[in-house]
Amino acid sequence: MKMVLSLVVWAVLWEIAGRLKISTIVPPFSAVIEAASEIAPTEKFGKAAIITLRSFGLGMLLALVIGIPLGIVMARVKGVGRLLGMWVNIFVSAPISALVPILMAVIGIGETTVVVTVFLFAVFVITLDTQVGITHADRSLVEMGRSFGATRSQLYSKILLWSALPEILAGVRLGAIRGVKGVVIGQLLVAIIGVGELFEVYSNNFLMEEFWALVTIVFLFAFAVSEAIAYLERRVEYYAASR
Amino acid sequence: MIVEVKGIGKTYDNGVEALRDVNLAFPQGQLTTLLGPSGCGKTTLLKIIAGLIPRNAGEVLVKGKPVDGPGPERAFVFQDFALLPWADVLRNVAFGLELRGVERKEREETARRYIAEVGLKGFEHRHPNQLSGGMRQRVGLARALTVNADIILMDEPFSSVDEQTRRKFQEDLLDLLRHHQKTVIFVTHSIEEAAYLSDQIALLSPRPGRVSKVINPNVDRMKTPDEIRRDRGYLDTVDEIWGMLRQYV
Repeated sequence: MKMVLSLVVWAVLWEIAGRLKISTIVPPFSAVIEAASEIAPTEKFGKAAIITLRSFGLGMLLALVIGIPLGIVMARVKGVGRLLGMWVNIFVSAPISALVPILMAVIGIGETTVVVTVFLFAVFVITLDTQVGITHADRSLVEMGRSFGATRSQLYSKILLWSALPEILAGVRLGAIRGVKGVVIGQLLVAIIGVGELFEVYSNNFLMEEFWALVTIVFLFAFAVSEAIAYLERRVEYYAASR
Repeated sequence: MIVEVKGIGKTYDNGVEALRDVNLAFPQGQLTTLLGPSGCGKTTLLKIIAGLIPRNAGEVLVKGKPVDGPGPERAFVFQDFALLPWADVLRNVAFGLELRGVERKEREETARRYIAEVGLKGFEHRHPNQLSGGMRQRVGLARALTVNADIILMDEPFSSVDEQTRRKFQEDLLDLLRHHQKTVIFVTHSIEEAAYLSDQIALLSPRPGRVSKVINPNVDRMKTPDEIRRDRGYLDTVDEIWGMLRQYV
């Protein structure tokens, strides 16, 4: 409820600012919504959305498949943790966008570059949080597992992963939010595909209603992804609190 | 003698010598208590018998055979319960069987039986954070019973349980273990608990831990719990242990 109220307040403020014609860059919110309802059904937007979702999905999938196991290995094998820990920490805070032009030079201009950008934006925080989760997993649960004869793979699949789930999910949520940034920045810098291309078209032709409509759609998407994962987090929270 | 330890020595990586030349024998079907001041290495000894931590010297014999790790004939009850917080009581109790690959229907049936035996019938689908400390430890005990091990290793199982619950729990525990004829190795720092529960008490001296005395309390187990607590043998045992332990305090 609070969230809805806050959104309404901001929408009203935006509307007023737009009506007052403070700047040509800020059209009224109602005009933006109208533009959104106009561009959303178009074929051009549909294609852009599909390309963007595909890049985002592939990049995130890669980030999960590589990031989580890497975090586990870093937590369980001391040498690997020491060797890679510093690098992961650097890359978590590094401005990955600066790397996109280099990626373009290496991989070429196209969807692959965007997928790699999403991956790079998302993977490090997932790895880091997984590592933290596994490192702080309950020692006595691991001991319990061993005392009842758990095999190595059972220790991971039935105890460690579950124990680290709250941290892993937090990492995935942060990773997904960064991934949305990654897909837009990747497309903007590559600038010929997907939503990024539309952004270019709208801002170059000063179509501010459409531009803001697209921004709102991307915001809503990022918000929806993050809320969906936050919902999962809340579902595991009831036990996390009792650890 | 179902379990024997011979010449056990343990020095931790930080240089602390926890145990030196510990020799003990545990008779079948009896409850033996490892008793001593904190830091005497009694939990270390129990975990070495369980095969959870490596020893530096000596050997552990279970049913005459040397062992080097955990085994299905030994089950552990943990001081902090060690329950899976994301699983309900039923799954927690059945977890030992789950790890052994017993089919779901079968292991849950067995688990339900032991849940009833420890007095938790009706709580099968609660999660650990919805249970009191005493109830959580009953889950831990049921889990150890479910795998049908001959030897139950208990590491200060009542230390996180409040006093009133503890007495009732101790009585239930005695009944259960007698009924199932388990061999129990029990770690505690409570003299009364040791005297009340034990067939045999091994007193450990502090760092490095060694067996300073083995006492066989002369307590008539056929009596009711209240009678035992006023029994001459029980009170003498408490006095004798206190006489030994006061020099370490």
